[in-house]
Amino acid sequence: MEITIVTVAFIVFALISLGGAIGVVTCHNLFRGTIWLMVSLFGAAGFFVLLSAPFLAAVQVLVYIGAIAILFTFAVMLTRSISNLKTRFTRLNINIAAAIALFVLLVVGVIGPVFILNPDLQQPVSSVTRTTIDLGEAFARGNSFALPFELASLLLTAAMIGAIVIARESDDEV
Amino acid sequence: MDCTGLCETLFRGGLDQGIAQFISLLAGVLLVSGVPLVTVIFLIWVERKIAARIQDRLGPNRVGPFGLLQTFADLIKLLIKEDITPTAADRLLYNAAPLVAFASVVLIWGVIPYTPYHFGADLEIGVLYMVAVASLGTLAIMTAGWASNNKYALLGAFRVVALLVSYEIPMVFALLVPVMLAGSMSLLEIVHAQGGMWFGIMAPISAVLFFISAQAETGRAPFDLIEAESELVAGFNIEYSGMKFGMFFAAEFLHVFTNAILLVVFFFGGWYGPLWQEPLIAFMWLGLKASVLYFISLWIRNTVPRLRIDQVMWFNWFRLVPLSIANVLVIATVVKIMQLLNLAPRNLIGASFGEVLPLTLVLLLANIAMGLIIVGQLRTAGQTARVAAENRASVRAAIGD
Repeated sequence: MEITIVTVAFIVFALISLGGAIGVVTCHNLFRGTIWLMVSLFGAAGFFVLLSAPFLAAVQVLVYIGAIAILFTFAVMLTRSISNLKTRFTRLNINIAAAIALFVLLVVGVIGPVFILNPDLQQPVSSVTRTTIDLGEAFARGNSFALPFELASLLLTAAMIGAIVIARESDDEV
Repeated sequence: MDCTGLCETLFRGGLDQGIAQFISLLAGVLLVSGVPLVTVIFLIWVERKIAARIQDRLGPNRVGPFGLLQTFADLIKLLIKEDITPTAADRLLYNAAPLVAFASVVLIWGVIPYTPYHFGADLEIGVLYMVAVASLGTLAIMTAGWASNNKYALLGAFRVVALLVSYEIPMVFALLVPVMLAGSMSLLEIVHAQGGMWFGIMAPISAVLFFISAQAETGRAPFDLIEAESELVAGFNIEYSGMKFGMFFAAEFLHVFTNAILLVVFFFGGWYGPLWQEPLIAFMWLGLKASVLYFISLWIRNTVPRLRIDQVMWFNWFRLVPLSIANVLVIATVVKIMQLLNLAPRNLIGASFGEVLPLTLVLLLANIAMGLIIVGQLRTAGQTARVAAENRASVRAAIGD
């Protein structure tokens, strides 16, 4: 396996993603945990760039880091005692053992046979960068992804309406 | 990557090709990023002088001729101040927030095309990149407010984040119009598509919408409740002093000029000017137009009073967002109908003035119609408010207050 710039970039983004994720679960301060979450999401945006999807990378930064992570931050700040959480989960060892066992099972059972042992899947991802025009056509064409696109927007509209209804102050005069 | 110009000179001088490429790329990066950084030094002086003149005073005029070196004096003052970190503040986040805020503004300059041949990067998703990077500034302000360990800074940060996140929506909808007209999200292609006619003439309401939401995004009056200098003593950056405050300060000033340049790039023709079209003259046209729009933004800043946070939110959600959505719908319909009737070119890039003229006239008519509807609604809203105020006043007078 040759070490190209793509491999180096992949390793960097993998370290950012995993490092951020480890930071989220081990940090004692909840606010710093959300910052680590943003770092991890940045790594995911980097992966999108490596997969020839710059549009998705920009949307990841805009939506996840610029909106959802800020929402997380607000939610965290409205809870109490978020720094120096004192209670420790004492039965940690069995959980660590279970996690490692699950990971080994996943690698041996799924990732191994599918990716490592199958040489067809070891090619680099498509070297043709699809443009935004291709993405737009995929969303709009009837025989392409138009129906999932419309269903997703319907879902988002229903969620927004639900949020407004729940968060609305009850007007006694209405 | 082919090695020409400076890279070739270095390569023939005996350097390794990789190192020669790296040095030439570095020189390019320094040039492209030097433009905003040098501009911000000059901008602070311009801002203070114009604000002073509008307020009928002189402004800085002691340090250097016409006060030109005042910025350097301020810079030296900020640099030699003590670097204070509050005891209970979150050290790492407290020190990193100003950097992220400044970086989020300078990163926008990476995609702005100065001339047809000089730009940082011609990203295919330029507009989306720009909006995504600007949303990082929101994150920095939130972090600054929290990491200061000061409840007033936190409250200030809450309001700021609510303001910034809300005003991204009309800004993005207003930006959809040049993207639709040019058929691409790349800023270079958007400027090329304005060779026939500026988008600001085809869609003036979108330009005004973008201007208003950009003013709100940077925290300029009338939306400067972010750091109402005479009231909150600086909002989220209460605890910041010295160079860290200098970073927030410079980021805000640079952001306003960035918005002026973006307004020119998206709506007012970019580097196209009436006479000469050499690349360096083109750069001058860009700077000239951006300066005019920057002056207008300063003018508004020093003239209008401040709005309250609830007025700001109401204005955004009840007026700007529906207007921007309606604007996009109307313009999309008109452009598509014109293209189907073969009156408008399919691709505006490279279209001449005459080819774009029918589309321009029809779009201008549609915009004027929308503008008349808006002005009519403003008039009725103003009349009802005035009548209600007079009623209240007459009721109070009748009671004998």
